[in-house]
Amino acid sequence: MTAQLAIVLTAMLGGAIRVSTPFIFVALGETLTEKSGRINLGLEGTLVLGAMLGYATAYLTGSPWLGVLAGGGAGVLLGTLHGLLCSLPRVNDIAVGIAMMTLGTGLAFFFGKPFIQPEAPHLPSIPLADWTGDPALAVALRVNPLFFVGVAAALVMAWGFRNTRIGLVVRTTGDSAAAALAMGVSVNRVRTLATATGGFLAGIGGAFLSLYYPGSWNEGLSSGQGLMAVALVIFARWSPIRCVLAALLFGAAGAIGPALQSVGVTQGYYLFNAAPYILTLLVMVGSSGSKDALRAAPGELSITR
Amino acid sequence: MPASFDRRRFLQTSGAAALAVGVLPRAAIAADPLTIGIVYVGARDDFGWNQAHAVGVKALRELPNVKVVEEENVPETDAVSKTMESMINLDGAKLILPTSFGYWSPFVLDEAKANPDVQFRHAAPLWKEGDPKNSGSYFAFLDQAHYVDGVAAGLASKSGKLGFVAAKPIGIVLRNINSFLAGARTTNPNATVQVIFTGDWSLPVREAEATNALVDAGCDLITCHVDGPKVVIQTAESRGVKSCGHNADQSPLAPKGFVTGAEYKWGTIYTGFAGLIAKGQPLPNITFGGYDRDMVQNSPYGAGATEPARKAADAAIAKLRTGAPIFTTAIKDNNGKIVLANAPKDNYAEPLNNMDYLVEGVIGSTH
Repeated sequence: MTAQLAIVLTAMLGGAIRVSTPFIFVALGETLTEKSGRINLGLEGTLVLGAMLGYATAYLTGSPWLGVLAGGGAGVLLGTLHGLLCSLPRVNDIAVGIAMMTLGTGLAFFFGKPFIQPEAPHLPSIPLADWTGDPALAVALRVNPLFFVGVAAALVMAWGFRNTRIGLVVRTTGDSAAAALAMGVSVNRVRTLATATGGFLAGIGGAFLSLYYPGSWNEGLSSGQGLMAVALVIFARWSPIRCVLAALLFGAAGAIGPALQSVGVTQGYYLFNAAPYILTLLVMVGSSGSKDALRAAPGELSITR
Repeated sequence: MPASFDRRRFLQTSGAAALAVGVLPRAAIAADPLTIGIVYVGARDDFGWNQAHAVGVKALRELPNVKVVEEENVPETDAVSKTMESMINLDGAKLILPTSFGYWSPFVLDEAKANPDVQFRHAAPLWKEGDPKNSGSYFAFLDQAHYVDGVAAGLASKSGKLGFVAAKPIGIVLRNINSFLAGARTTNPNATVQVIFTGDWSLPVREAEATNALVDAGCDLITCHVDGPKVVIQTAESRGVKSCGHNADQSPLAPKGFVTGAEYKWGTIYTGFAGLIAKGQPLPNITFGGYDRDMVQNSPYGAGATEPARKAADAAIAKLRTGAPIFTTAIKDNNGKIVLANAPKDNYAEPLNNMDYLVEGVIGSTH
């Protein structure tokens, strides 16, 4: 019994680290965009296009790190397009986001055809627990450098929002466009830059999917992870640190289904496979009553305004 | 659905007009090859179901006087009706092969009624008496090849603990799992198969998680039944365990650990259809088979297949070719209940068609 519990816990730890990275990147990108006062629902499309371009670039150049950059670049392009379109008068950011989602996935499927079959080089991983001699733990703690980049990005963002002028400008733009204008800030420029940067992060998340875990390009690769990550931002109440925690929790919950079946708890796997979603719902219901939830939301978002 | 501009009708009439004024060269009308249309639900090179069909189509292309038109990524919606109509009206297809389960009702049925002079054969066991006579079903029993996988796996695995990543607990999937175990038990009576159901046909992240979980639980050989086995095979290879494939040839994905894999051989059925049409004979409404009718095969052995494993698998294939049964005793499920008191009479016996249980030796549950 304890042995089985250890297997499940190890699997959850490993799952949290393996599965969470794309969620971290997309959620951080969305946090930045939403902090500036816009919602970009198109990050699902960015994730898929980033995955495809990252894989294609890694395959053609032989360098997975160039692939990561290409994935980020795809995100910058889609983000900039979203930002510019939303800068036009009376354009709804949510509607544009849905259009960008379709555009991103459509482009990825169209240009991704020749890259389904070939094998691109993978990103390397850092073995953190090989010294323990426990094979399961060693595999669970083989961590991709992008995971640490994501965590570092979250720390920098959290610190930057609070302590830097750029952070102040982004927050002001997101909380009150009038106040930002009074400061002499171009609201649309800040939001476009924030959306482009957010797109960059989401594109990197996509490259992680195709270049590390699960590590191949096909059209079912994302299956909605970009959308879940956008939801995680609300779950994390626009805090970069809580984004990381939420992504880890989501990844760990996702590992429950397969892990329980592997130790012989075979009944009810549809329920266990739904664990991440059930957990998200429960935490959201639990936290929605608090006044903090409302206070954290940027005032200019079209859903809160 | 706006009934505005009909591309097909337009091209058809403009083509007819072109003919009338003699624009087209004579040769374009003189040759009369048999045109066959194939519709895929995904990409042709997905290492899975669609690729298996595309490999079969390659055999078809080698036939003289056969023209093949293909379309990929056709969803199971009225999009498939449009694709089929375009193949019939524009390309002059006389045989349509829609290869995805969900194409059948109502899309294939409706097109079959509307085009009585065109033959439709659909890749799932769905045709029944009363359906249009120019429609039909073809399918191959892949569980015979999974059985051979199992025979090789029983000897290739050191621990005897085999892992199976499966999409959904439905009849054909359960049958593949059960036959895999039956094969493994012939070479290692203590072999077990541990199953993880992911819940859907294509969930790459969860398939990778499931493979990792099985390896963590001690399985040293993994196989699967999901749409695109690429992720499972690659993850198993990166974890240093052996693997058996599914649907198409995945041996290039696992140069160290690949044992063998269960593959369809649709080419046999497709060239068979083309041959019947060329001779002017009617196509059967239902076509099915396994090793005995050369409709399934096993992938070339990989580095993971030990010498005894190859020998045993070769012997198993030779027996299946003569129609030898997979299940030779009464069948007991993994809850200890006897589901079949007597061994089924052959590999196509009726009780095997609706498996809703996992046999003894499989660790897993159907719900």
